[in-house]
Parts: sequence; C-alpha cells; structure tokens
Amino acid sequence: MPKIIRDGQIVEDAWIRVCADANQPDTQDSQAYLLPLHAWLEESAHPLRAPWLASDTELTDALAASLMQAPLIGIDFPDFNDGRGYTLARQLRTRYQYQGEIRALGDVLQDQLFYMQRVGFNAFALRADKDLQAALQALKPFSVCYQAASDQALPLFIQRAQGA
Amino acid sequence: MYQYDTYDQTLVNERVAQFKDQTQRYLAGDLSEDEYRPLRLQNGVYIQRHAPMLRVAIPYGMLSARQLRTLAHIATTYDKGYAHFTTRQNVQFNWIPLEKIPQVLDELAQVEMHAIQTSGNCIRNTTTDQFAGIAADEVADPRPWCELIRQWSTLHPEFAFLPRKFKIAVNGAKQDRAAVQVHDIGLELVQGAQGLAFKVWVGGGLGRTPLIADVICEALPWQHLITYLEAILRVYNQYGRRDNKYKARIKILVKALGVDTFRARVEQEWQELKDGPSTLTEQAVTYAARFFHEPARTQGVDTQAFEQARAQNKAFSRFVTNNVQAHKVSGYAAVTLSLKHPSHAPGDINTQQMTLVADLAESYSLGELRVSHNQNLVLADVRLDQLFELWQILDQHQLASPTVGTLQDIICCPGGDFCNLANAKSIPIAQAIQAKIDDLDYVYDLGPLDLNISGCMNACGHHHIGHIGILGVDKKGQEFYQISLGGRSGNQANIGKILGPSFAQEAIPEVIAKLLAVYVAQRHPEETFVDTYHRIGAKPFKEGVYA
Ligand code: SF4
Repeated sequence: MPKIIRDGQIVEDAWIRVCADANQPDTQDSQAYLLPLHAWLEESAHPLRAPWLASDTELTDALAASLMQAPLIGIDFPDFNDGRGYTLARQLRTRYQYQGEIRALGDVLQDQLFYMQRVGFNAFALRADKDLQAALQALKPFSVCYQAASDQALPLFIQRAQGA
Repeated sequence: MYQYDTYDQTLVNERVAQFKDQTQRYLAGDLSEDEYRPLRLQNGVYIQRHAPMLRVAIPYGMLSARQLRTLAHIATTYDKGYAHFTTRQNVQFNWIPLEKIPQVLDELAQVEMHAIQTSGNCIRNTTTDQFAGIAADEVADPRPWCELIRQWSTLHPEFAFLPRKFKIAVNGAKQDRAAVQVHDIGLELVQGAQGLAFKVWVGGGLGRTPLIADVICEALPWQHLITYLEAILRVYNQYGRRDNKYKARIKILVKALGVDTFRARVEQEWQELKDGPSTLTEQAVTYAARFFHEPARTQGVDTQAFEQARAQNKAFSRFVTNNVQAHKVSGYAAVTLSLKHPSHAPGDINTQQMTLVADLAESYSLGELRVSHNQNLVLADVRLDQLFELWQILDQHQLASPTVGTLQDIICCPGGDFCNLANAKSIPIAQAIQAKIDDLDYVYDLGPLDLNISGCMNACGHHHIGHIGILGVDKKGQEFYQISLGGRSGNQANIGKILGPSFAQEAIPEVIAKLLAVYVAQRHPEETFVDTYHRIGAKPFKEGVYA
C-alpha cells in the first residue's frame, strides 16, 4: 500500500487517485477513490469517494457547501511552482471551516511542506520518487512564524505588542 | 532602525540552516536543477554570467554602520572587493561561488541581514523614500509600516509561489520619492478622515509592459493595511496568469479585469479578512514605531562656519547645492554620497569605501545610512557644523561627486557585463556619457535630469521613467540602444516614449549631446528638460538626432 504523511506521521493509505483525463473508472464499491471534482459531485454521498481539486478551481460558496461533506479533500499541485493550491487550502480551512483532511497531491516536495501545513494541509502525498522520511524531518524547519495562519492564531506583531 | 529580537534572529538562523541543507542536497544530486531554482532564488541566488549573483536584502534601504562593515568584509573575503547597490535599495555580489553562499548567509545573519525573497516569484523587499523620517514634507514616517509589511511578507505561507515577482513601495511624504506608481502595490500615506490612511495603488510596473498604477483605494484606514494587502495578494495568486511569464505580473491582471472589477474582487476577499487577527492595533504600530524614534539631536547648531565655507569654497558649495538635502530639524542635513564617480560603474562601491562610509556614518550620522533607489548612499543626520569636514573626507575618496540629480547621476543596471538576461551592456554606456558630457557648469546648466539605462526589457535600470531612457536591444546579435524621452518618476509618473530607430553603442554619447542641445536651444527660462519635452513634443528632438 502506498504511504503518505498525515498529521505528522508516515501512514499507509488506501485512497486511489483517479486522474482527470481517465475514462470513467471501473470503480469498485468497497475501494476508496479520490476523484476529479466533477466525477465526485456525481456520487458525493458515497463515503469512499472523495474529490480532488485542480489548482484553478473556483471555490464558490455553492461548491464549498458540497465539499463540506467530503471525507477528505485533495488539492492538486500540477507543478510545485503553481501556488494556487495554497489559497484553496486556506480558504477551505478559514473561510469555510472545513475540519477534515486536506491532502496535497501531485508535485509535492519536501521544501514546500512547511508552507503547506501552515495554510491548512494536514496530509501530503509526496511525489513518488521522494523520500518520505527526509520529508518528515523537514516538515517544520522554522520554529517562528510572522503571520497568522492555520497553525498560529495571531501574527507575531500582535503577540509582541501584547507581550510588551 | 529596526533591531532583531530573538524571534527575528531565530527565523533568519533557521533560514540559513534550511538553505545550507537545500544547497547540499542540490550539490549531492538529490534536488534537481528545477527543484532547486526557486529555493535558491528565494534566497537571492541567481546563476549569472561569471558566478552566482547574491542579492542581499536591505529592508527599505536602512543600513547600519556595522552591517556595512560586514558587507565590506564579505566583499573582500568572498568576492572581488566591491559590491553593487541596486535600484531596489538592495546590494549585490557578483563573484561568490555557490558552495560559499551558505557561509556568507551565516555571516550576514550575525548582523541581522539575509537574502530572503530578494528574488523569485514572491513578495520582494519593500522599498521607500531614502529621506524617510527626516523629510520636512512628510505626512508620516513610512518605516514602521515598511517593517510591518516586511514581517508579514517574510515566508508568507500562502504567497511563496505567486505567478510572478511582487514589489511593494511605501511613500510617507508629499513628494513621491518611492515611485509608488510603478510598483505592483504602491502605498502612499495620507491624512484620512479618521486619521492616518493609505492611498493604495495597484498594477504599476516597468519591464516589458510599462504601466502606471491605478488607485484601488483612496484612503484605507491604517488598521486594515495588512488584511487589505492580503486580499490583493490572494486575488492575484488565484487569478494572475501562469501560462505566460510575460503576462504574469499583477498589472496584466488589473488591466484584463479592469480596475473596478479587480477592486470588487479584492473587496469581496477582504470582507472575510477585514477585522480578523491580522488587523493592526495601536500597540502593534507603536511597537514597530519605537525603532524609528526621533534620535537625540543637538539644538541650535552654529551654522556660521558652514555658511562661510559655502561662500568661499566653490567645490564645497557645488556639493551643498546638489548633494545636500534639507532636514526637518534646523541645523541638520541629509547628505547624499554619490556612487556615480566616473571611475567605477554606477552603484558600485569598493571595500575601502564601504569601510570608510561605515566610519563616517558613526562619526557624523548616528551610525546609520540609507540606500537610495538612485543607487547612492545617504547619511541622513549630519550636523551642518560638521558638513565641511565630512565633505573633505568624502572628496578624498571619490564619494563626493557633486552631481546628484544631474545628468551625471545615471541610474544603470549591471547589464551585459554581469547579467545573463542582458541584450546589451549598460555600464560602458553610462561611463561614455559621463565622459562626453563632463563639464560641470554645463551639467548644472542642464538642471535636473534623470538618465536611466537598462540592459534589457526587464528594466532594472528603470529606463521608462527616466527623462532620457536608454534600453539595450539585440539587433541580429549586435548590441543596439533604443532611446525614450519624457519619462518621469514621482507624483507625476509617466512612461517615456520611444524616440525612433535604435543606435549603435558608439553613437550614443553624441546622440545624447544632440538631444541636450535641442533642449538648450528650445527651453524657456527655468524650464527643465522633461518639461520642455512635454511642451514641444518629440519632433524637434527627432530632427536633432536623425537629421
Ligand atoms: S535590466 Fe536586464 S540586463 Fe539589466 S540587470 Fe535587469 S535583467 Fe539584467
């Protein structure tokens, strides 16, 4: 079974990702699938079906309402330089208060994990050729952050002023 | 100036450790070229013509004497004994081998410096007026705000992979000395109905598609500065183009949507962020502002000897007229040290000069200095009764060229001598023009003149906003130069217009001389070059050079 990082640990993962351009997959009812958004919307009530969002997904209130029932939400990084996924994750966590797993998919590399976990990702399916153990070590290269984000309620400039 | 506390220091130290590890993994082959590129760029490392170029951040242009000494030490130990100041108030080294860069970053960290986000598709160093805090025409000191923006933008988790680079400038004075209208975001401090506020400009920029920014908010109350910036960046991160790097800057998005639609999207995004945790408080601003308090200054400085020296010594008097700016406190002045001496490239400074300037900053100007976007250095707190003495020392070390703001004060990017992206050299052009038109009386007679040179479309030399702009172009493998006229920075920012066909390198000094002759023949009394150009148009200038 493939492995991912979830909540700071390397775990086995049963979800099979279905790509956007794949033909209607031959899905089995008892297997968990991560489906492209449009396919997932067709069977969003199924507990073993979850959506993944392309980086250019327009996150409307209506879409967000459907997503709230998803058991997990994947966000695709077609290229690690494509930063749109960070905003998507942050909106899901802070605007829509999604509590479930948000998983980074695609071109997911160790040096971006810190930013990803700050905006609300808690699971990372690293690119297949990358070393999970090394990535796990590099999850938090910084012990100090200036900004408020999913992992920090207040920006440092407010904390300092309160402490002063 | 701002001083690190343990938070800032920890973060910078951790960044050095992180980059060391990344560089080791790259050198060991665990990180591919493509994977390493944005990591090194976000640490200021470009791979250039000769060696990597390291760009070190000088947040909003403020530098301490101690920091400058470290820069001098780095220049001697790791480089060829000099450094280059840029139009974005940063400093660059051109000859440091990649393996040594983590070590250099370590040395920088010890004096509260770094190279974080000086390059790459992220929020860059925030820039401001080099006379911040001492200018008489100031609405408010922009530096505390710059510092808050620096903190907010440093390693911002959501905006590390933007469509393209992102530059913010803040101006606190009536006169815009920070070029806010040609930045991705320009912030102008204004006195609003409920106190201090920001006029927010968005979508300006030079480069391939030069554009003057639009106003997106007339008066944003200061409490909302950070959340509003966050909203703008978020809209840009989501909707900025990523398919074509030449169309990826925010200015293209603003133009494509139209400023009203863009504003509506920002406002919508802002509704969620407004009044949230990143809203600024009185305490947070006071905390940032305490680093920029008024220093203890001497009252009633005796200026008699100064006035006398000025009356008697012509060279000193020229220096005072051109390089010395008024200070809001009487008896004090801001002194611009010209880095435009014809003996070296514009913006370059050698180790001896750096060490000397550090000493002078300590003896004459509170131990601090500023980098200006015109690539000069400023001692901002000099007592008038010490100015003559200071000038004599500067003069001995080729730092007193009395030509600030004149034709000799050329803004110039590193160009083809150093930069990989260049179409043409720019430094030899600057030097040839300086050599051709070097009669000081004539230079003064020409009055204020911004001559800006870039070696390619990227416009690091800000050629679009020079009264005379020179752009290096490639014509079938040959280096040619296109001239534009009528550009302007500041409150009436304006993009210059291309004059006509480009010229070979050798022709440029003569072409410039002819343009100036047209101006001298046509000007009204007291009229500047750029005003004459706007009054009479391009035609007489065209006739002057192409006839
Ligand atoms: S303008 Fe072009 S040539 Fe000059 S420094 Fe910038 S990228 Fe290099």
